[in-house]
Amino acid sequence: MELDPVFLSRLQFAFVVTFHAIFPVFTIGLASYLALLYGLLVRTGNPAWERLAEFWTKVFAIVFGMGVVSGIVMAFQFGTNWSNFSQATSNFIGPMLSYEVVTAFFLEAGFLGVLLFGRERVSPRVHLFAAIMVALGTFISAFWILSTNSWMQTPAGYEMRDGMVHVTSWIEAIFNPSFPYRFMHMALASFLTGGFVVCGVSAWYLLRGHDVEANRKALSMSLWLLLFATPAQAIIGDFHGVNTLEHQPTKVAAMEGNWERDAGVPLLLFAWPDQEGATNHFEIGIPHAASLILTHDPNGVVPGLTDVPADQRPPVWITFFSFRVMVGLGVLMIAFAVAGLLLRRGDRVYHNRFFLQGLRLMTVSPFIAVTAGWFVTEVGRAPWLIYGVMTQAEAVTPSLSGWMALTTLIGYILVYAVVFIAGVYYLGRVIRQGMVEGDVQDVQDVTRAMRPMSASHVPFDDGQYQPPNADSRS
Amino acid sequence: MLGNLDLSLIWAAIIAFGVIMYVLMDGFDLGVGLLFPFAPDEEARDVMMNSVAPIWDGNETWLVLGGAGLIGAFPLVYTILLPALYLGVFLMLAGLIFRGIAFEFRFKARSAKKWWNIAFAGGSAVATFAQGAVVGAYIQGFETQDRVYTGGAFDWLTPFSVLTGLGMLAGFALLGATWVAMKTEGYIQRWARGLVVKLLLAVLAVFVVVSLWTPFINASVRERWFDHLEIIWLLPALALGCAALIGWGVKRERDILPFLATMGLFIFTYLGLLVSRWPYVVPPDYTLWDAASAPESQLFLLVGVLFVIPIVLGYTAWSYWVFRGKVRLGEGYH
Repeated sequence: MELDPVFLSRLQFAFVVTFHAIFPVFTIGLASYLALLYGLLVRTGNPAWERLAEFWTKVFAIVFGMGVVSGIVMAFQFGTNWSNFSQATSNFIGPMLSYEVVTAFFLEAGFLGVLLFGRERVSPRVHLFAAIMVALGTFISAFWILSTNSWMQTPAGYEMRDGMVHVTSWIEAIFNPSFPYRFMHMALASFLTGGFVVCGVSAWYLLRGHDVEANRKALSMSLWLLLFATPAQAIIGDFHGVNTLEHQPTKVAAMEGNWERDAGVPLLLFAWPDQEGATNHFEIGIPHAASLILTHDPNGVVPGLTDVPADQRPPVWITFFSFRVMVGLGVLMIAFAVAGLLLRRGDRVYHNRFFLQGLRLMTVSPFIAVTAGWFVTEVGRAPWLIYGVMTQAEAVTPSLSGWMALTTLIGYILVYAVVFIAGVYYLGRVIRQGMVEGDVQDVQDVTRAMRPMSASHVPFDDGQYQPPNADSRS
Repeated sequence: MLGNLDLSLIWAAIIAFGVIMYVLMDGFDLGVGLLFPFAPDEEARDVMMNSVAPIWDGNETWLVLGGAGLIGAFPLVYTILLPALYLGVFLMLAGLIFRGIAFEFRFKARSAKKWWNIAFAGGSAVATFAQGAVVGAYIQGFETQDRVYTGGAFDWLTPFSVLTGLGMLAGFALLGATWVAMKTEGYIQRWARGLVVKLLLAVLAVFVVVSLWTPFINASVRERWFDHLEIIWLLPALALGCAALIGWGVKRERDILPFLATMGLFIFTYLGLLVSRWPYVVPPDYTLWDAASAPESQLFLLVGVLFVIPIVLGYTAWSYWVFRGKVRLGEGYH
């Protein structure tokens, strides 16, 4: 069998970035939630906010640690597997990625330590300030990464000289056409992720009667957030889609499974795209709906995949189905947010077992939706790495052979499997232990390490942990 | 005025500084990992790990800063070295990741502790060897054409780079041993001191063989050393002086001196390496000016980095100050 270094490198990058992305998408949302909790604590002095803040800080620490560990690899992959891309675009990509590192450093050096370990060493207001700065820092970090990715989707503010990108306007390059939409879409996705995880864990605690007072508060405030954020995400998503239609018509054609450029195109609920035959099988659609959504006109023209030669079309079925998974989960999220509002009458929101069990299951939904969304935008860009400028085949490292890429692909899968299993297993133990007073930090212990996971004292592997006490606090 | 400033030189200085900071600082905590299997008992391992736990990830930030600086300021180094060292880079990252999570979970583990010990020691050994082999590969140079690496997957792995890899194992173990001797007392300190002289002899053996071997590998290195720049012979002389200080310090049972002298040994060897290849950053073909990114890109990034480096240095100094002094059994991180 012939091993294709381009395909294997794509697979490898997809694996690493997918694995990594689930951590920051959660920590960005959770960091803002922590800032809110510490803010409420400073304002009201209610100990329920304190228990919530301390518990979610522990979770934040572990997820943040795993995100850092899994992220290191990507900084090297640009060079190992995509050296032609890195070389050609270094004048732009280099400073952008470096600024992300610089931002992350600044965060780590200044405020993360204070947030995780400084509660007894600084005043509550200074601690709150640190929490806000950490939340802000996660957004600034995302800013650089998403700007770089958006530039690869909709390049701007540059000129090519001798095969090298030279930046002519940093403002135009950084704020390229798709960036504002992608950033808003991702920021909301982070809030949705944080919101659904907090909802899911709170729902589980309520089902078990653990610290009912605090978890009711957490559930209620997250549901209010979701009530506004889920429909807002649908609206932003629509704007993002219209922007993609303008700049990357082929990607939209793949998302819609639309082969022929046409007016009055139906919205396909299901189809089996046939890349070879350039057609769909088993189509079920709503007439004119795709035209209506994309062009806001039932008879608007939607581009088709056959507008470009066969070798410039992305893998349609991945783009098509990923898009449906993302949108389907988005609709389900809106349904849960609305149900949460309706169930507030008579406090059923805290007691309805079906709703609480449903929220528990919904904990995974934002992770799947975000991953599917990235599959749409990244796979839908193929065969381009920089849309319209450089293909993936041109971008790959020339000296890379198929077996080298395969070796490291398998290697990274094994390494990440260990990291993931250990991390998630441990996170599960922390969540099972729940909100325990006095578990957070030892004041006198100056030799305590200032590292993310030392924010938690839950043991890793023996049976000594205490199961959540039945309603010990309310 | 900015036009007269050579941004590439400034960047070369920043990255050279970042690399030596990384080597010195991650060097001793990797060394602690290397010595782990040979520690007298499990309690000694706890103390050893406690001695580096608060600072090790701060140490590794220098690696990330160096890597990020490279792609920003000297992209050609990044896009030739990483493909050339493909498998070595993977091994190094895998080693560092296992080591990193071992730090997190060993303290929380009870029956699983021995597995995290293996991950810690094994990860440290793999990462150290890979870094040493990179140094060897760097001295040898890289096969390129039109600014692209054209060599094979195992060009970096030669008898010479295996030797430098082993040298790095001995060197980091020496840094680790002098660190442990400085930070502990009692039987752990005696054990660590006992290792220092043996490790020092191993380091010196590699040092001599590499010094004799290098001029035969590479004509330009030979010319640099045997031409007319007598002043650079000060560097190996100072390195050997540091080696003597280590031996003397251990014999007199000094706490801090052997560790500082080991750092000196590394610094002068590193400067010797820089001198051998200057101004080539991708030997044998490309100088630092060939490898530079556009001046506006270098300047754009320089603003942020000059802002952050003092903060990182301050933070580093502060955390070493907080965690100063001896580490004792049953205290600290748990």
